[in-house]
Amino acid sequence: MAIPEGGFFPDDVEYGRYGPIFPKTPACYGFTIVAKIIPGREEVFREHGRTLEKAIKEQPHLLAPLQLHYLRWVLFEIEGATYFMYQGIFDTDFDKYTEDAVDLFSQSGISTVFENLEGFPADWKTNPAAFVEFVRAHHRPSFLEYGEYPYVSADEIKKSLRVKFLLSDILDQMQ
Amino acid sequence: MLDLDDIQYILLNRAPARAGRYEFLSFHSAAAGRAWLSAMLEQVQSVAAMRASIADEKRWVTLAFTWHGLRALGVDEASLATFPEEFRQGMAARAAILGDTGANHPDHWVGDLTRPELHAIVLLFTRDVADRARYQEEHAGTRADFPDTELLSAIDVEAIPPFDYAHDHFGYRDQLTNPAIEGSGDEPTPGSGGLLKPGEFILGYPDELGPPASLPQPELLARNGSYMAYRRLQEHVGKFRDFLAEHGETPAEQELLAAKLMGRWRSGAPLVLAPDKDDPALGADPQRNNDFNYAQADPHGYAVPLGAHIRRVNPRDAAASMNRHRMIRRGATYGPHLPDDAPEDGQERGVAAFLLCASLIRQFEFAQNVWINDKNFHELGNERDPIVGTQDGTLEFKIPTRPIRRRITGLPAFTTVRGGAYFFIPGLKALHWLAAGG
Ligand code: HEM
Repeated sequence: MAIPEGGFFPDDVEYGRYGPIFPKTPACYGFTIVAKIIPGREEVFREHGRTLEKAIKEQPHLLAPLQLHYLRWVLFEIEGATYFMYQGIFDTDFDKYTEDAVDLFSQSGISTVFENLEGFPADWKTNPAAFVEFVRAHHRPSFLEYGEYPYVSADEIKKSLRVKFLLSDILDQMQ
Repeated sequence: MLDLDDIQYILLNRAPARAGRYEFLSFHSAAAGRAWLSAMLEQVQSVAAMRASIADEKRWVTLAFTWHGLRALGVDEASLATFPEEFRQGMAARAAILGDTGANHPDHWVGDLTRPELHAIVLLFTRDVADRARYQEEHAGTRADFPDTELLSAIDVEAIPPFDYAHDHFGYRDQLTNPAIEGSGDEPTPGSGGLLKPGEFILGYPDELGPPASLPQPELLARNGSYMAYRRLQEHVGKFRDFLAEHGETPAEQELLAAKLMGRWRSGAPLVLAPDKDDPALGADPQRNNDFNYAQADPHGYAVPLGAHIRRVNPRDAAASMNRHRMIRRGATYGPHLPDDAPEDGQERGVAAFLLCASLIRQFEFAQNVWINDKNFHELGNERDPIVGTQDGTLEFKIPTRPIRRRITGLPAFTTVRGGAYFFIPGLKALHWLAAGG
């Protein structure tokens, strides 16, 4: 799906509580946040990676409320400055569950690595509007999105896998 | 500790009222507004005063103001700017977010509620209709003393028969679920989720996340206050009954369908606990009628469809951060009762409801935008709340049933939004401060 400049289809904009909602595409909802990191914080990002890995090991369903397919965290350089790219693919537009995401990150002790980005609001835990504003300001909308299994939700995929496992179980019983 | 001497009674109590009236006012001058407010002050009861006098009291009064109303009373611009954006904009400006489109759009609302001249609401509740007439006249007299106050509109509310329990025009028993707040003296009923931090509903107290943050200023104005979303929701009773008749062959099937739409039998009995057959004694028993959950007890929705009204507006154990999205509900039915055997008479009837919370955007607007109107809530794909969602005849309602679910397509709108507004409901000290000109 080719997406107009700016990220919206002008004739078909749905409004969420924090503003217009970026459209759903065959690759579902999502964002691509690109922001400059506070110089010298690279190691904090890598440490965050280890913290989150550990948290997920302990609580595999920690991020379930976010209705995710994938998250990708990337650090890269442009002309000597380090940038952070955070790309998420979701089944729901980000706007809907913003406060839940903020609560999740502030309560689970994993906090957010966003605190190491330039311009991130210090009061993000109590000010979801400021959090959303930052995300929106740093989101780079796609101009093209593709999905090999278009519009399918993570839940449907998980259900299909369960059916597949059940079927193979049944077949095992017939041997 | 909760300041029960300062919080307006309605936040923690329901008046034992069968009648009431909401009046929507405008002030043509700050002086008139303040003089009127001064004259009304002694009628406004705190939680403590209300509880102490409930046996003898005959009328209960609540005052609340729009953002324009606070300005009209002389609150300065610096203070006005500290109120949250959604409150400053007002409900009509948030229509796209709330799902107020089509027939529900503010262009069709009644009662002058979308005008910036709407400044205040007076909620009057009385034991009966005769008392209402008396106190209504008294209030008219007070307004007449200050000619620069104007009555924009009013709505009378009344319980409908049978009078022995609260219910709406569709016949559903209501007022079963109330969030219990820490420090209020209320105990949560079994299953209803434990005590909630007062800051979820009342400004100036810790909430479920921690200490209070970003209160409107000055603190004297904000403290012990709350926000109140008003919704005048017309109920199309004839259409609702026709729908039940069309999709249910026997009275028993129709009752079950009505229960599936709500998640409770019309008696109030929760479907999770009484999936096949109504149990009115269960519906009436507060020790049992909230003692259930969904993810655990009914994950696939065989008892309560995933899209049923009460499963959407309080998904219990099936939602994240549940306690950050709770609301206090108040209100009453308006319009004439339509007897069971009477055809639709075309008269307007419905519920005139208030949703109270500390953050309109995180609680009320979240419920409207996500829980009620997200077509894909719980992966439902093509559904909205069958009772209050924005319905245009193109959506469906799925009823999980073994072996194959039932799918009703072309769901009609059983309700229409006829009006609404956002109010700030100050504590008593704040009311005095406003009356004194800040
Ligand atoms: C005509 C409109 C409506 C009707 C007829 C209606 C009816 C009902 C009924 C019968 C119940 C069950 C009784 C109870 O749990 O106390 C209920 C519960 C509830 N309703 Fe509504 N309602 C309406 C509009 C709304 C709106 C607009 C909202 C929110 C924005 C809302 C939020 C709730 C909540 C939070 C509950 C409690 C659910 C629980 O805790 O299990 N309702 N409603």
